[in-house]
Amino acid sequence: MKWHGITYLSLAGKINFDEQLTQLFITTILNLRSASMTFNELKKNTKKDFSGLKELKLALLGDSSTQLLAQAIRGSGYDKQLNINVFDADYNQVDRLIMNVASELYVRKPDYTVIFESGHKLLQKFNKINVAERVTFAESQFDRIRKLIDVLQSNIKTKVIYFNYAEEDDRVFGNFANKVQSTFIFQQRKLNYMLTEYSVKNAGFHICDISSIQNKLGRDLLFSPSIYVNTESLLSIDALPIVAESIVQMIAANQGQIKKCLILDLDNTIWGGVIGDDGLDNIKIGSLGIGKAFSEFQFWVKKLQQRGIILCICSKNTEFVAKEPFVKHPDMILRLKDFAVFKANWNNKVDNIKNIQQILNIGFDSMVFLDDNPFERDMVRQAIQDITVPELPKDPAEYLEYLYSLNLFETASYSAEDANRTEQYHIKSQIEGALSFFANENAFLKSLNMVSNVQNFNSFSIPRVAQLSQRSNQFNLRTVRYTEEDIKSISDSNRYTTFSFTLEDRYGDNGIICAIILEKLNPKELFIDTWFMSCRVIKRGMEIFVLNTIVNYALKNGYQKLVGEYISTDKNALVKDHFPNLGFNQAGMFWELEISMYQNKKCFINNKEN
Amino acid sequence: MIMERNQIISWLKEIFEEIIDEGPVLLSDETTAEDVDGWDSLTNIQLVVSIEKHFNIRFTSEEIIVWKNVGEMIDCIISRKEN
Repeated sequence: MKWHGITYLSLAGKINFDEQLTQLFITTILNLRSASMTFNELKKNTKKDFSGLKELKLALLGDSSTQLLAQAIRGSGYDKQLNINVFDADYNQVDRLIMNVASELYVRKPDYTVIFESGHKLLQKFNKINVAERVTFAESQFDRIRKLIDVLQSNIKTKVIYFNYAEEDDRVFGNFANKVQSTFIFQQRKLNYMLTEYSVKNAGFHICDISSIQNKLGRDLLFSPSIYVNTESLLSIDALPIVAESIVQMIAANQGQIKKCLILDLDNTIWGGVIGDDGLDNIKIGSLGIGKAFSEFQFWVKKLQQRGIILCICSKNTEFVAKEPFVKHPDMILRLKDFAVFKANWNNKVDNIKNIQQILNIGFDSMVFLDDNPFERDMVRQAIQDITVPELPKDPAEYLEYLYSLNLFETASYSAEDANRTEQYHIKSQIEGALSFFANENAFLKSLNMVSNVQNFNSFSIPRVAQLSQRSNQFNLRTVRYTEEDIKSISDSNRYTTFSFTLEDRYGDNGIICAIILEKLNPKELFIDTWFMSCRVIKRGMEIFVLNTIVNYALKNGYQKLVGEYISTDKNALVKDHFPNLGFNQAGMFWELEISMYQNKKCFINNKEN
Repeated sequence: MIMERNQIISWLKEIFEEIIDEGPVLLSDETTAEDVDGWDSLTNIQLVVSIEKHFNIRFTSEEIIVWKNVGEMIDCIISRKEN
C-alpha cells in the first residue's frame, strides 16, 4: 500500500502529504466506515461456531490468488448468519473449471459461483495482443465471458456473481485515450458497459461492482503493488473486507436479508436546526450552505421510497409543528404522502419504533433507523437488537457519503409494484391504533451515569442562559424572553434566586441545558418565574432533578409553597401538563406545591460536586 | 533514532500473536518461519502490513522476501526508522 507520495490537488496548488499525515488521512477514511470489520477480525470469525447457520456452497474462481478473499468471504458470512462453504479454486483455472463439465466445480454444485477476473490481469492480456486487435478487445473478452457463463448455466443451477473491472488507466494516451478506441481505458470501460447490459438480460448473472467500490475507496487503497508482487493477490489487506462484504451483501439479499423500511428522525437529520425552536423560516434546507446537504439527503431518501423502501418518521416533537415543513416549506423534497407512519410525539423512540413495527408487521431486522443524536441511537440499539442503527457522522455534510459506504439497501430484485409500497402501508397505519410498549427505560437511564452541575447564575453562565431564554420554545413554561442585561440584573437582585443546570452523561457534556428563576413573593412563597430546558435532554428525568433541587432550596430557606404558571403559546404544548405531572395542584390560573407534602422523587441524575 | 531491539521484538510478538491467533509466540533473532506454527506465506503478508502500520514505515517488495529470520526483519525495521 503506497500511501506516501499520493498527491492531492487543492485550490492552493499541489500539496504533497508526508507519509505520516497520509497514514492519518487513510486511517480517518477507514474509521468512517465503522460498520466494516478488519481482515483479521473476519479471519477470527472463521474460527467461530457456524453450527445452526444457513449453509451455502460458494465457488470462488479467479485469475489471481483468492485465498485471502475466500477467508474474508467466509468470515463476513458469519456476521450475516450464513455458513458459506467456500471452494477456493487455484488461480487461473477459470476456463478449465468451467469448460470441462466434469471438473470439480460441477461436482461441487455451488449455489453461487463467484468469478473474480481483475482489471490488472485484463490489462496484461491487453498488453500482449497486437495493436490491430486492440480495437475489438472488449468484444472478444465479452464473447469469451458469455461463452463461459452459457456453459456454466446450462449445466448447473448456480447464481453467477461476476466482478466487473476496476479501472486502471495506463495513461499511455493521457486524457486523449477517450478519443482513441484502441486504448485500454476505452476498451475496459466498454467491456464494463457490455457486462451491465448482459446482466439486465440474464437473470442468473449478477455483477459485483468492484469498479464502484474503487470509486469510493480510491485505487491506491484497493490495490497494493507490493502485496501483488509478493502474493499474486490483487486486493490490499484493507480492501479485502470491503470487497468480501459486498459479495456477502449480494448473497444475503438473495437469501431474503433485505432492508424494507427506513425510519428517520427530523431535527438535524432531514433538515438543519430544530423546528420547534427555530421555526419554519429558520430550518436549514435548500440551496445554501449546509441546507444543500439536507436537500441532497432528502433526494436520496426520496429515491429509496421510489424504489420501494417504506419511509417512517420517529421524532421527539409536537406533531403539528413537525408536520408543518412537509406542508409549507418550499424546499422540502419529502412530503407527508411519502411516509407510511409519522410518529412525532414525546414518547421514547423505542416505544415509537416498536409501534411502527406492529403497524407495518415487518421484522426489526429489515428496519434502518437514522438519527443525529447518539443518545437516541444507543437507546434504540440497546432495546431493539436486530434493527440497523448507523453511527451518523457529526457533520451533516458527510451523511450521504457515509451512508453510501454502508450499502444498506442491497436488493436481489426490483419490480414496478415496489414503488407503490408506501401507499399500501399508509392505509394500514391509519387503520391500526397506537399501542404503547414499555421499554426498560430506567435501566437504560441508570447506565448513562448522568451528573448535573447546579449553580446560581454567574458571569460564565449568563450569556448561555440568555441565549436559551431567547431560543427555547417547546420546553418553556412561561416563554418570558430575557436579554443578557435582564439576566444580569435578575441575578444581582435579592428578589430572585437563580439556578443553571448542566447535564453530563457518558456521551459527553451537554453544557447548560436548563435555567430556573425563582421570585420571592413573600417569606413563605416562591414563584417559578422561569423554567426552560433544552429539548435535547427531554425524557431523562431532568425535570424531577430540577424540582428536587428547587424543593431542597425552599426547605433550607423556610419557604412553604411553590407557585408555578403555564402560559400557553403555539409551541409549548409539550409542557401543558408539566406541573400536574410533577404533583402540583391547580389554584385558579396557577399551580401550587406544598413543600411539606413533597417527597424527593427518584431520578437517575446525580449532583456534580465541585 | 536507535530503537532497542528488545522493545522491537516485544512489539513484534504482539503483532504476531494478533495476526496468527494461535496463542503465545516465542521470538528471537534466530526465529524463522518454520519455528512458528501458522507463519505461512498468507499470514506473512498480513504481518508485513501490520508491521508497516505499527512502525509507520514501508518495506520494498524485495526486502519482504529475503528475510531469513526475525533478526533480519528487525535490522530492516531499524534501518528504515533511522533513515
